Amino acid sequence: MLNNIKSILKSFFLLEIFKGLSITGKNLFKKPITVQYPEEKTPQSHRFRGLHALRKYPNGEERCIGCKLCEAVCPALAITIDTEMRKDGTRRTTKYDIDLFKCVYCGFCEESCPVDAIVETKIFEFHFEDKNEKIITKKELLKIGDLYEKEEIKDRANIN
Amino acid sequence: MKEYQNFTMNFGPQHPAAHGVLRLILQMEGEVIKNADPHIGLLHRATEKLAESKPYNQTIGYMDRLDYVSMMCNEHAYVLAIEKALEIDIPLRAKYIRVLFDEITRILNHLLWLGAHALDIGAMSVFLYAFREREDLMDCYEAVSGTRMHATYYRPGGVIRDLPSQMPKYEKSSLKDNNEIKNSNYNREGSLLDFIDSFIERFPECVDEYENLLTDNRIWKQRTVGIGVVEPDRAVELGFTGPMLRGSGVNWDLRKMNPYEVYDDLKFDIPIGTKGDCYDRYLVRIEEMRQSIKLIKQCVNWLRENSGPVMIDDAKYAPPDREKMKSEMESLIHHFKIFSEGYCIPKSEVYASVEAPKGEFGVFLISDGANKPYRLKIRAPGFPHLASLNEMSKGHMLSDVVAIIGTQDIVFGEIDR
Repeated sequence: MLNNIKSILKSFFLLEIFKGLSITGKNLFKKPITVQYPEEKTPQSHRFRGLHALRKYPNGEERCIGCKLCEAVCPALAITIDTEMRKDGTRRTTKYDIDLFKCVYCGFCEESCPVDAIVETKIFEFHFEDKNEKIITKKELLKIGDLYEKEEIKDRANIN
Repeated sequence: MKEYQNFTMNFGPQHPAAHGVLRLILQMEGEVIKNADPHIGLLHRATEKLAESKPYNQTIGYMDRLDYVSMMCNEHAYVLAIEKALEIDIPLRAKYIRVLFDEITRILNHLLWLGAHALDIGAMSVFLYAFREREDLMDCYEAVSGTRMHATYYRPGGVIRDLPSQMPKYEKSSLKDNNEIKNSNYNREGSLLDFIDSFIERFPECVDEYENLLTDNRIWKQRTVGIGVVEPDRAVELGFTGPMLRGSGVNWDLRKMNPYEVYDDLKFDIPIGTKGDCYDRYLVRIEEMRQSIKLIKQCVNWLRENSGPVMIDDAKYAPPDREKMKSEMESLIHHFKIFSEGYCIPKSEVYASVEAPKGEFGVFLISDGANKPYRLKIRAPGFPHLASLNEMSKGHMLSDVVAIIGTQDIVFGEIDR
C-alpha cells in the first residue's frame, strides 16, 4: 500500500524526468570536449597509418630495391611496381604506383618492407580534385618522403 | 463502408533508423505490422569469397570490416580459427592483451548501440554522451594499432605489437594555452595502461549517467517494456546468441561455456534478463558494460605486473624480429616467405568462435593444405537476429519496429558480409 502511494507520487512529480534533466542541465554548463578542427587537432599515435611515402637514405639514395614484397602482401592489390637494372648494377623501381582508392591502410606494406622504404605517414588530410590523382606515383611518394622524413624518424623512435 | 486492404510500405534502405542499409517491406494494417520482410545484400562485399584468393594473414583486415563496430572481436574469431587449425599456442601476454581489447571492443559496441538505440527512440543526449566515451576507447585502438577502427592488430600467434609505453598528447594550438592543454592531457601522461586505468575509473559514473537518463524514464519504458518479447525456448530455436539470448533469460555465454584465451582465469558475471523484451535486453547490455570494466581492470593489473613476448617465436607463422631480419640471412628468408607465400595450414576443418558484443561470431575454416582457405564461412550473430524480425515485430506498431531493430543491434557489415 505504502509502496503504491510512493510510486504514484514519484510518477506524479515526474521525478525520473527531472533526474534526467539534471544530467543534461549539468552538461549544458560543462566545458565542451570537442576540438576546433583545423585550429586544434586530436592526438595522433606514432603508429598512425596514413598516406604512404617512400623514404631515402641519408645520402639521398632511394631505399626501395624493388623486391615487390609490398606488392605481394597488399590485400587490396593497390600497389603496382616495375623494376629494372640501373646503370650501376643495382635494382630499382621504374614505377611505384599506389591506388589510394583501393588501399585499405592496413600497414602490411610497411611491415613487410625489408629496407624501411615504404612507410605510412601520419598524414590523413589529403584530397584529390581529379579522380586520376588517386594513383600516386613514385615521384610523388618520394616527395612526401622527403617532406616528412624528420617526423618519420621521430615516429619510428617513439613507436613503443 | 469501404474496405481497406493491407498497406505495403517500404522502410529504408536510406531511413536513418534502418541502421545502415536495411530494407524492410512492411505489410501494414493501419499502424499495425502484419508482416515484415527484411531485404539484405546491399552491403555485400564477398568477404568469404575474397578470403579464398588470399594468403591467410591478408584476410585479417577484411575481418575488421565485417562488423565495423566490434572490429577486434571479428579478428579474434578469425585468428583463433587459424591457431586452432595450426595447433599453436600463443604467449600468455598476448592472450591478456586480446581479452583486454575484446572487452574494450564490447564497451565500444554497446556504447554505439546504446546511443543509436536511444536516438531511434527519441533520446538525443545519450548518443552524444556515448560518443564522448567512445572517443577514449578509439584512442586506445589508435595507440596500439595505428588506426581508430580497422585495426588489423591480432595476428595468428599473438598480436602484432606490444602496448605502447606512451600515449599521444594534445599539442599547443592557437586556441588553447599551455594550461588548457595540460588539462586535456591529464590522462595521457603515462602509458596506455594508465590511460585505460583512468578511463575505467571514470566510466562507471558515465554508465550511471546513461542509466539515470533512461532506466526509469517513462518514455523509455513505454517504448521498450513488452516490445519484441521472445520466449527463452523460442530464442534458442531461432539461433539467438549474445545479449539477445541472455535478455530472454537463457544463461549462455561463450566466455563461460567455452572459455577461450584467459576468460576462465578472470572473474566476471553473466547478466541475464527475465522477460525477453527490449527493456531487458537494454538492462543486460548495460550490465555487460559494467562487467567488461571488471574484466579490463583484471587484465590491466595482470599486464602491468607481467611482461613477455606478444607473438610466438616461430618464424613459420610470425614474421621474425626486424633487427634480426636485417642482419641474419635465415631471418630474412623467413621474412620474405611469411609475407609472400604466408603459411600453409594442414588439411583440416575447424570452427572457432568468440563471444562478440552481438553474440557468437564464428569462423568455419576448411583448408586443403594450401596457403589460403579452401572455404571460409562466417557465422555472423546479426543474421539470425534479423531473420527473426518478422516474428518479433508482428502485431506491434510501426514505431516499435524501430525499437526492435535497435534492440537487435544490427550492423550490416556482418550480415551482408
